[in-house]
Amino acid sequence: MVLHWSATLTAGAYTPGTLAKVERETTVGEGTLREFLHDMLLIRRFEEKVEERFRAGELPGFLHVAIGQEAVAVGVCRAMEEDDIFASTHRAHGHTLARGSNPRRVMAELYGKVEGVSHGYGGSMHLYDVERGNYGANAVIGGGLPAVTGAGLAFKMRNEPRVAVAFFGDGATNIGTFHESLNLAQLWRTKTVFVCENNHWAESTPGCQHSPVWDDMSKRALAFNMRSTKVDGQDVEAVYAAAREALEYARSGEGPVFLDVLTYRMHGHYIGDPQVYRSKEDREAAAYHDPIPRLRERLGLSDEEFEAFDEEAHRVVDDALEFAKSGTDPKPEDALKNVYA
Amino acid sequence: MPELTYREAVRDGLVQAMRADDRVFIMGEDIAEMGGSMGVTQGLLDEFGSERVRNTPISEMAIVGAGIGAAMAGMRPVVEIMYEDFLTLSLEQIVNQAAKHRYMSGGQITVPLTIRTQGGAGWSPGAQHAQQLEAWLVHVPGLKVAYPSTPQDVRGLLWTAIHDDNPVVVFEHRLLYPVKGEVSEELEPIPLGKARVVREGTDVTVIAIGPLVHRALEAAKQAEEEGISVEIVDPRTLQPLDEEALVASVKKTNRAVVAHEAVTRMGFGAEVTAVLQHQAFDYLDAPIERVGAKFTPLAFAPVMEQYVIPHAEDVLAAIKRTVGK
Repeated sequence: MVLHWSATLTAGAYTPGTLAKVERETTVGEGTLREFLHDMLLIRRFEEKVEERFRAGELPGFLHVAIGQEAVAVGVCRAMEEDDIFASTHRAHGHTLARGSNPRRVMAELYGKVEGVSHGYGGSMHLYDVERGNYGANAVIGGGLPAVTGAGLAFKMRNEPRVAVAFFGDGATNIGTFHESLNLAQLWRTKTVFVCENNHWAESTPGCQHSPVWDDMSKRALAFNMRSTKVDGQDVEAVYAAAREALEYARSGEGPVFLDVLTYRMHGHYIGDPQVYRSKEDREAAAYHDPIPRLRERLGLSDEEFEAFDEEAHRVVDDALEFAKSGTDPKPEDALKNVYA
Repeated sequence: MPELTYREAVRDGLVQAMRADDRVFIMGEDIAEMGGSMGVTQGLLDEFGSERVRNTPISEMAIVGAGIGAAMAGMRPVVEIMYEDFLTLSLEQIVNQAAKHRYMSGGQITVPLTIRTQGGAGWSPGAQHAQQLEAWLVHVPGLKVAYPSTPQDVRGLLWTAIHDDNPVVVFEHRLLYPVKGEVSEELEPIPLGKARVVREGTDVTVIAIGPLVHRALEAAKQAEEEGISVEIVDPRTLQPLDEEALVASVKKTNRAVVAHEAVTRMGFGAEVTAVLQHQAFDYLDAPIERVGAKFTPLAFAPVMEQYVIPHAEDVLAAIKRTVGK
């Protein structure tokens, strides 16, 4: 059966009265929006290049791209303060780049090189960059949520103005770590923000098949009495504003916040996924909600202006690719290092 | 030398570590007002307050996982899993997260987390409160595992575990909590990976862990009456393992018995046996004997439970087999 989640999507699924209202006083100027476009385009072109090189057989393992979800990564990561930290998922390229990791080092990791952000020990699904606040991308669904709760607890105990942010998808809301983490975080009011990137697909299983609240994940947070904000994940400005508000609330020590972000996965679960489970209409709907043309329109960019952004993104990606390909292979016996501190 | 029970020694190790370093705090089920289901953490809430002595929900994944995150963020948490049977609930966090963050990050992350747990049979708790699962965790690179058998060892090893920059799982045994033993006046940290010769002997080496150290001591006394001189070595740490000390003892006595309360099949003794046959093959005068529980869950009825777990007589029988008596 070919599935199509959007066919049953109810419009304006916003639980009234209980959710935090995002004040638009956190809106950004045009200059910052242009930076957001720069970052989103960089992520898009980076992931397109990764797809291309994977299909060419150059990249080991398997990879997951987040094409269509760039506004979430950029909106949230740009809203973080320098000392904030985050944990990501198997779909981590966007978060990592948006937080400012060097594209050269991110690409080098995908090639398994010493120069990579995880020095070749992690790969696409385990991107770490502690200097940039990246405490690890996790390949176990929901696996990073307890640690983000614990880091938020540490910040609270030490009275530090820092927040720990967890990215995860709608698929993660059904696993035990999600429920245990949200419960503990709210109970202890840890300095944590939970970012649910609801792209309505858990691999090949649509939201309507995996969750009774698939079209309103905020209900999960409400069950824990957690402050929750619903946001259009294709509108980077809105994501940024909601993330700022959530981060400042968590930073104040008042408690964690759940960001219920509606977004779209334009490609398959993994690179090469034929998506036999997904209707043409659903894929078209996802493409229709592409956040990049939307931001371009918001900025009123001419073709020439947009081209200039795009050329810059291509240039950075090409440079990263060249750097990665000429990187250093680890020695085989390096596999025995870093097991213990 | 002062005497403490094993329970008091664990408590003293925790208290001293918490007094010495604000980064040390404890989390677990019922550990605050109640003082833990085994009474180990009694009094800690009064001294350190509810910020550092945290009662948790019944959420083993979150208990361990929050410990991991706090450790990654610079704390030195000690989390308690009430029964090691419940470790199974948190294994994802222990095996995939705690053990692997440092590796997957290429050395950027440290996880200085201590996981305390206890278990063991002998008081009819039934099949879900009595297992010995230490061997499972020794199988995971990135973890360290200790199983102290005396008050002095548990205090010193716990201290070291808390100050180690790696995740360390410390196994305690329910029946050892009331056992008294001498401890040094000052807390003496015990390095991970150093075995202790519990009793010197010349005819056979018994390598025992946890409660089997005490049962081996009983067996050794009886063996002595029959003219067999038994050496007992307690590895104390299962990972890293002090292979050198075990091998040296067996090279001296030429015979070996390995003993633990967990089931024999794939138990820790299997690993020790492999180490010995490889490193002391030419010195062995008899097959290495293994003592452990029979391959069945723990039954409730005391007669069945006692039938399943290993006793001093089982150790003694194994000792005799190695010397052909």
